[in-house]
Amino acid sequence: MSTVAVIDYGMGNLRSVSKALEHVAPDLNVVVTDDADTIRGAERIVFPGVGAMRDCMAELERHNLSELVKEVATDRPFLGICLGMQLLLDRSEENEGTAGLGILPGEVKQFPNPLIDADDANGERLKIPHMGWNQVAQQIDHPMWSEIADQSRFYFVHSYYAEPKTPDEIAASSRYGFDFTCALYRDNIFATQFHPEKSQHAGLQLLKNFTQWNGRS
Amino acid sequence: MSLAKRIIPCLDVDQGRVVKGVQFVDIRDAGDPVEVARRYDDEGADEITFLDITASHEGRDTIVHVVEQVASQVFIPLTVGGGIREVADVRRMLNAGADKVAINTAAVFNPEFVREASERFGSQCIVVAVDAKRVSAEGEPLRWEIFTHGGRKPTGIDAIEWSQKMVEYGAGEILLTSMDRDGTKQGFNLPLNKAVSEAVSVPLIASGGVGNLQHLADGVLKGGADAVLAASIFHFAEYTVGEAKAFMAEQGIEVRL
Repeated sequence: MSTVAVIDYGMGNLRSVSKALEHVAPDLNVVVTDDADTIRGAERIVFPGVGAMRDCMAELERHNLSELVKEVATDRPFLGICLGMQLLLDRSEENEGTAGLGILPGEVKQFPNPLIDADDANGERLKIPHMGWNQVAQQIDHPMWSEIADQSRFYFVHSYYAEPKTPDEIAASSRYGFDFTCALYRDNIFATQFHPEKSQHAGLQLLKNFTQWNGRS
Repeated sequence: MSLAKRIIPCLDVDQGRVVKGVQFVDIRDAGDPVEVARRYDDEGADEITFLDITASHEGRDTIVHVVEQVASQVFIPLTVGGGIREVADVRRMLNAGADKVAINTAAVFNPEFVREASERFGSQCIVVAVDAKRVSAEGEPLRWEIFTHGGRKPTGIDAIEWSQKMVEYGAGEILLTSMDRDGTKQGFNLPLNKAVSEAVSVPLIASGGVGNLQHLADGVLKGGADAVLAASIFHFAEYTVGEAKAFMAEQGIEVRL
């Protein structure tokens, strides 16, 4: 039986991710784990995360998982979600500057506060965090977008956003005051700022696509 | 294209059962929170909020099982409120599959709890529920205060200042209930919603008083709400969530259809 490992480093609710994966792929063996051998043995990796970047990095270190995440991010289908996407980049503005894992080149920036809505005639102030269902504009053809309509809405909750160094790695963007990158990809890696496990039909389809993806874009 | 305004059905749960009699014809067990949650999910609810009104301490564990079951079948954000008093309560709900917890009375008695919980789990999962009631007399400038115990006990705390303080302490969202309107079906308290929405940087969920679909739209258009929460209009199947969304879209409000 094919195994997907959801990496557990003590940050947040992993139950939703694992339940959603079990829902879309009943034959899959979904394990929530921090065990190095189990992670190395899995065909697919899900790398979730919520909370603050500094806490996430500290917990990764404490669980001796930083190097292992870098290792398994090189050679098999790998899905980063929310902080699990931001952590892949070089660094974040959060907590006066925090180093990331440096797997993808780029930075994590904070939404300006106040954030003024450029699309609104009255210049309305947008709330932070960016919380709720926003449209996702697919920037590339990719197996992970299979059966998902362009501009489908996904569920977001975040105050920081990814700014990749090159546009070559942008899989999707979304608009909140301005256009920001909400999905990244490279080779066997796909990563989303939004939460597919909380995004109903579109999100479940994305997770299903992940369970069927061969890791090539 | 931008962020959609959210519609959030709220379920009152007592010892694991939905109260306020849901009357969906095609639901086998209207008291089963899992069935009702699935129905709202099918109708297009953007989130679901469970309010645990279980009075006895022993009965409270049942909400954990409810959340576990719902979270394994319904893949939209889930919020749990009622009886969240300490960090262990927050952890238990998040581990069961809740995405957010709503902290109400405990925040009033111990504001540091909000700070502690948001530092531990992140602001994104901490909703502070603010129950406000008008205290100004006719003709005076409008003023609202925080009330506890279902609107019976005044605290002397100004509702707008309190909401701002809770955001400073780490609230990621404010769930604002007008105790003057709750249960009246006369619509949200729009001046209260507008005042709080403009005073805080985080999203505002308006609650209390919804009796028809225009009330929901007004909460966004006139009350500045980022999300609208309602219980009875959906419970009694007066309107579906889908009808509510179609109505709001007709009024020019961006919703997830």
